[in-house]
Amino acid sequence: MHDERDITVDYLARVEGEGGFHLELRGDEVADLKFRIFEPPRFFEALLRGRRFGEAPDITARICGICPIAYQVSACNAMEDAAGVDVPDELQALRRLIYCGEWIESHALHVYFLHAPDFLGFESGIAMAEIFPDRIETGLALKKMGNTLMTILGGREIHPINLRVGGFYRVPTRAELDVLVAPLRSALDAAIETTRWVAGFPFPDFARDYEFVALSHPTEYAIHQGRILSNRGLDIAVDEWPDWFREEHVEWSNALHARTRDGRSYHVGPMARFSLNSDRLTEQARQEADRAGLGATVNNPFQSIVVRAVEMVFACEEALRIIEGYRRPVQPSIPVAPASATGHGVSEAPRGLLYHRYTVDDAGVITDAHIVPPTSQNQLSIEEDLRAFVPGQVHLPDDELQWKLEQAIRNYDPCISCATHFLDFSVERR
Amino acid sequence: MSERLVIGIGNPDRGDDAAGVRVARSVHGGRVIEWADCSVLMDLWDRVDDVIVVDAMRSGLPPGSVCRFDAGLEPLPARAFPSSHSFGLAETVELARSLDRLPGRLIIYAIEVSDLSIGAELSDDVAEAVERLAAEINAQLGVG
Repeated sequence: MHDERDITVDYLARVEGEGGFHLELRGDEVADLKFRIFEPPRFFEALLRGRRFGEAPDITARICGICPIAYQVSACNAMEDAAGVDVPDELQALRRLIYCGEWIESHALHVYFLHAPDFLGFESGIAMAEIFPDRIETGLALKKMGNTLMTILGGREIHPINLRVGGFYRVPTRAELDVLVAPLRSALDAAIETTRWVAGFPFPDFARDYEFVALSHPTEYAIHQGRILSNRGLDIAVDEWPDWFREEHVEWSNALHARTRDGRSYHVGPMARFSLNSDRLTEQARQEADRAGLGATVNNPFQSIVVRAVEMVFACEEALRIIEGYRRPVQPSIPVAPASATGHGVSEAPRGLLYHRYTVDDAGVITDAHIVPPTSQNQLSIEEDLRAFVPGQVHLPDDELQWKLEQAIRNYDPCISCATHFLDFSVERR
Repeated sequence: MSERLVIGIGNPDRGDDAAGVRVARSVHGGRVIEWADCSVLMDLWDRVDDVIVVDAMRSGLPPGSVCRFDAGLEPLPARAFPSSHSFGLAETVELARSLDRLPGRLIIYAIEVSDLSIGAELSDDVAEAVERLAAEINAQLGVG
């Protein structure tokens, strides 16, 4: 066998944004391993300073073309927290509905086009489409369902323009939502079929004892409101996030690494949500999770694809439930007056917890902004996964080992474009 | 199968990226994709036999250069058509090919861009190319 091996991937395929990784092996030992994010920093936090508080949702939505709703909802939550207002339940339900659209759209893209090819040995979704056209058509139909929900509620599917601090600019009529019922029922069937399909994939025998962190709510599978919980007993209000987590810069990544305050990695995303909240899934989602063999918690990151599929089942059922009970609100939004304050907002982006914090002056101008996307929070966990996973795979030739490691990174559906939104990075000069 | 269809792709508010949209708007019955990922193309051209797509391109050619690709004959050069919205044009064409959902004839016109600033007008070279290409497509369609 080899004594020393270097495996370097300059550009990771099938992830959002630009990143790579480097692995150095001495014998069977990992000498060095880095998940590198070299997409340039994008300075969103700096350009928010000096803007009006009401502009934060639309500006931060531009951080990501896949999960703009997550940015809009977290920003709205933070601004409403700063202003001390509570958005009524009927408007919260509509936020939850459009968020279901984003989960369906983002999860369909990842499950079918980014992750499934790994399990089935294809270079891409396009190559997979030649052999499994019906599967890819199902994935496209699901993605379209998510996009349609976002378009009807958000005005357009890319960077929707209808969410605002305090609610919406316009709320849909009953008739506009009724036309979604039949396609959503078909999408629910497609999501169930998806779950049964991916549950049969070959999963590497690998598990880690993660510290899962997710939003949690007493009566619903949390998406847009709740408290931050962990499987290690953390139970905090959203505004306590900075007391429990911190970010630091590492030289090989243009995205900050988040850690718990005492320096440990933690894991956000579908597996964290499922492990903390699965008893609040909708009925069929719960049944499909059981049928897929998911227990109370999922510790094999390769099974995250199954959890995403289960969450698509949930999102379809939840969207149907919200539409069924819909009565058009009289007012599309409530008035929000600026107050000199700091506000915190969180929601569950498809990839995991997304935290925003803003300080606003009494004229409503943003004086400080802080955004922590899920991929920043997962970077350390990704590297620890790779370190733990490599020793069982060192017998593989370089190209197969590289493929397995790329697959292990894609378990997190990393969004590098989101992770590099930040401002503060240090340059050491000697 | 029905008539012919012209589709323009781009962001109308980002300078030369609007080239495809501007061509489609100058063409009889032209459709535009402004705020969507390209996978919606497959729905737009469903049941249409003869399709022209116009998009902006970044290939290194002089600004305003126009390239013509016949998707039935060859894959598009993917690097010339970057997209920030999950499915770009080149990926969508290849996906449609795999799924047997390409129209009978698919011609792609690509206009080389230079300035993609937010809120900018078309640059002169690109504006000229837009006008020329719109006239040519209208002539092909028998209107104009």
